Amino acid sequence: MADLSCNFLGIKSPNPFWLASAPPTDKEYNVRRAFEAGWGGVVWKTLGSEGPPVVNVNGPRYGVVHGADRRVLGLNNIELITDRDLYQNLEEIKRVKTDYPDRAIVVSLMVPCEEGAWKEILPLVEETGADGIELNFGCPHGMAERGMGSAVGQVPEYIEMVTRWCKQYYSKPVIVKLTPNITDILKPAAAAKAGGADAVSLINTINSIISVDLDTMAPQPSIDGKGTHGGYCGPAVKPIAMNMVAEIARSPETSGLPISGIGGITTWRDAAEYIALGCGNVQVCTAAMTYGFNVVKEMISGLSQWMDEKGHTSIDDFVGMAVPNVTDWQYLNLNYVTKASINQDDCIKCGRCYAACEDTSHQAILMSEDRTFTVDDTECVACNLCVEVCPVENCITMVEQAPGSIDPRTDRVIEKEHGDWTTHPNNPSAVAAE
Amino acid sequence: MANSVSTSGIASGRLSSEELAANFEDLHSPLSEHEAMVAADRCYFCHDAPCLTACPTSIDIPLFIRQISTGTPEASAMTIFEQNILGGMCARVCPTETLCEEACVREAAEGKPVEIGRLQRFATDTLMAKDKHPFKRATPTGKSIAVVGAGPAGLACAHRLAMHGHEVTIFESRAKGGGLNEFGIAAYKSVDNFAQRELDWLLSVGGITMAYGRKIGDGLSLPDLQASFDAVFLGMGLSGVNTLRCDGEDSDNVIDAVSFISEVRQAEDLQKVDVGRRVVVIGGGMTAVDAAVQSKLLGAQDVSLVYRREKDSMSASVYEQQLATSQGVRIIYNAQPEKIVSNGTGLNVEFAYTETKDGKLKPTGEVFHLAADQVFKAIGQNLAGAPDDLVLSGGKIQVEENGRTSLANVWAGGDCATGGDDLTVTAVAEGRDAAINIHAALQS
Repeated sequence: MADLSCNFLGIKSPNPFWLASAPPTDKEYNVRRAFEAGWGGVVWKTLGSEGPPVVNVNGPRYGVVHGADRRVLGLNNIELITDRDLYQNLEEIKRVKTDYPDRAIVVSLMVPCEEGAWKEILPLVEETGADGIELNFGCPHGMAERGMGSAVGQVPEYIEMVTRWCKQYYSKPVIVKLTPNITDILKPAAAAKAGGADAVSLINTINSIISVDLDTMAPQPSIDGKGTHGGYCGPAVKPIAMNMVAEIARSPETSGLPISGIGGITTWRDAAEYIALGCGNVQVCTAAMTYGFNVVKEMISGLSQWMDEKGHTSIDDFVGMAVPNVTDWQYLNLNYVTKASINQDDCIKCGRCYAACEDTSHQAILMSEDRTFTVDDTECVACNLCVEVCPVENCITMVEQAPGSIDPRTDRVIEKEHGDWTTHPNNPSAVAAE
Repeated sequence: MANSVSTSGIASGRLSSEELAANFEDLHSPLSEHEAMVAADRCYFCHDAPCLTACPTSIDIPLFIRQISTGTPEASAMTIFEQNILGGMCARVCPTETLCEEACVREAAEGKPVEIGRLQRFATDTLMAKDKHPFKRATPTGKSIAVVGAGPAGLACAHRLAMHGHEVTIFESRAKGGGLNEFGIAAYKSVDNFAQRELDWLLSVGGITMAYGRKIGDGLSLPDLQASFDAVFLGMGLSGVNTLRCDGEDSDNVIDAVSFISEVRQAEDLQKVDVGRRVVVIGGGMTAVDAAVQSKLLGAQDVSLVYRREKDSMSASVYEQQLATSQGVRIIYNAQPEKIVSNGTGLNVEFAYTETKDGKLKPTGEVFHLAADQVFKAIGQNLAGAPDDLVLSGGKIQVEENGRTSLANVWAGGDCATGGDDLTVTAVAEGRDAAINIHAALQS
């Protein structure tokens, strides 16, 4: 069986599955349950400065986008950082770390953007024996209005400055958690790197209004008739997060910076994808909040089985393996031609491929009297829409057309050699092929 | 001592009222809102959906299911009622397993179709519970139409005509409307007096006058109706019962299954309905199944359903056959009655085994006997006392598309007319389409 143990920045954990800083890691009781269930580590729910803790709303704090059968596809929340006393949290962290020395405990922090505030809290965290800290520069609601969270994360100079303070006053790894509520993820990532961060983690939640109650005309979750934007997470945000992860992993200015991947990881497969895009470990929240801590058992067994099947003996074996294949559009091979192909044995004749293609695409699917659906290669541009709307997985597939054969849509011979936009005759800036 | 399943002869009260109530509850329980949402989620919203094509009334099934899943069952019901005003009853009695649900692509994919019938019931029940008729009538046209028969065809026709602003009089031979919905369908398929509630709801559109106890040939004639009304729609169903044509058919306790089904449906107290300890039902359609199953549910100890052809030819669906056998009915295929003998302890029916050779059904020469206290005949019905001058075909009123008969200004539909299966949903489609055609004819 594959070894799932993980060494991220020198922080060891039996597997790469950590719980993200969020409600599931707010206190000792939950974290002990998580470790008993098998989680490799936790990032403890964000601590604030000493003094009266923040308060949360006393009405609903979550809202959800549901899929079929009320599957949770997206979750948003308006919860703040921990609303429990700082010292109580610190004591609990110390106790749990003592009892679970093999598990990772990283402490998430958010204090005002002043050197004194960081100088004050960091020794207290150091004293707990926790393995590292994560700087919450991402929380998009409530705390941002007070000049913290994403208010810091949106200003690269602040990120660099605070990271520097942390490296100065704290001896263990410093992870900077990035907000996606920016236009270019590379800027805050580069700032973190410049400040000396050991790693970045991303993404934090996305600004969102989850729904509007049409009776009360209030955004959800609504508090006494009013609502505010919350932070969006869950399976729906995974594509956004993975793009940001990949950008950091492949850009020269940030590549090599360790990444902890966060955003909608629900199954072992999601985790493997993040790791393939360059993450040294992953953090999970919504899946645990939806199904409970036992989901980690499937993640562990699934990742292990897949690694065995692929011959990977450790996580490091495949970290970043997909990164070289992430490129810019202009380098995609325009001489790679595929056509949709419908497996008639698997087809259940729902006609969704037909409706999608006929109404919204290229009129490349034919429907016979007896509801047999076939692809018209003279029209098919290989857009993949039919593949994705078909309810039966793998019933419709994309089949590569042999180089040297003629594409019946263009009547042109499919070139054997790679040919992309940079050399395409329609590109005014094309360079002659070598 | 109270009667029981083993009381010999014919007796009522074989089961306690509690057992009877449980036996005769809804065959398909209504979906809760949660169940409906889960069931609706399974619909793929197919293009040119096969379920829609399979529905005789062409209800836009993917649309109505999507309307349920988006929290608007009332709009969903309107999608149904616009095509089929008896959508509530059809949701209960349609053999969906041979219509929409058989065509459902998820039947092909997983052998488990979307529960279209129950979803339809969820939507229609929701809207009907509002107790406000959802359709408005058009401006009065001054035209009047006679509808003969208050069964599914007549009611669908009358409602559509009333919506178009015509005045309709329905002549119904019985004291109650609904036709086979009220008298001819197993009680567990339409509980809580649904047929009458649906009738009242349908009539609340306005413009429809009910004339009960009026029958063609008995004080009412087609020429009179033609003279008094702008158009006539005949939807009187089939009132005659086919005969077995075997010796002893007129013995006591050899009964028409339709009468028995009607008696069960109309019973105030099921404990007072007589049923034999040993029941033999002869036939192969839904009436046969309804009679056999209800005999069993009333407490008959030994019920046999005997059909003269092989299993595949039976017009009752496989689902109906399984329903019967699951209730303890024994189905005997390939046997036809030869004679019925009444003896001191009841009836003795002699059957000949049959086989199909060269497309023809023939007795094999072997026979067997079944002892019975009651024999129910369920081998079909016929059009008794058809009005003169109408051209018939195969014993039914011959109609063109849209229900036109051979007589001017006379339309027909439902079981009494040619075309389509003898199903409630087919009758509704024919009544509706005739109404559309009548309206067009009266406009021109």
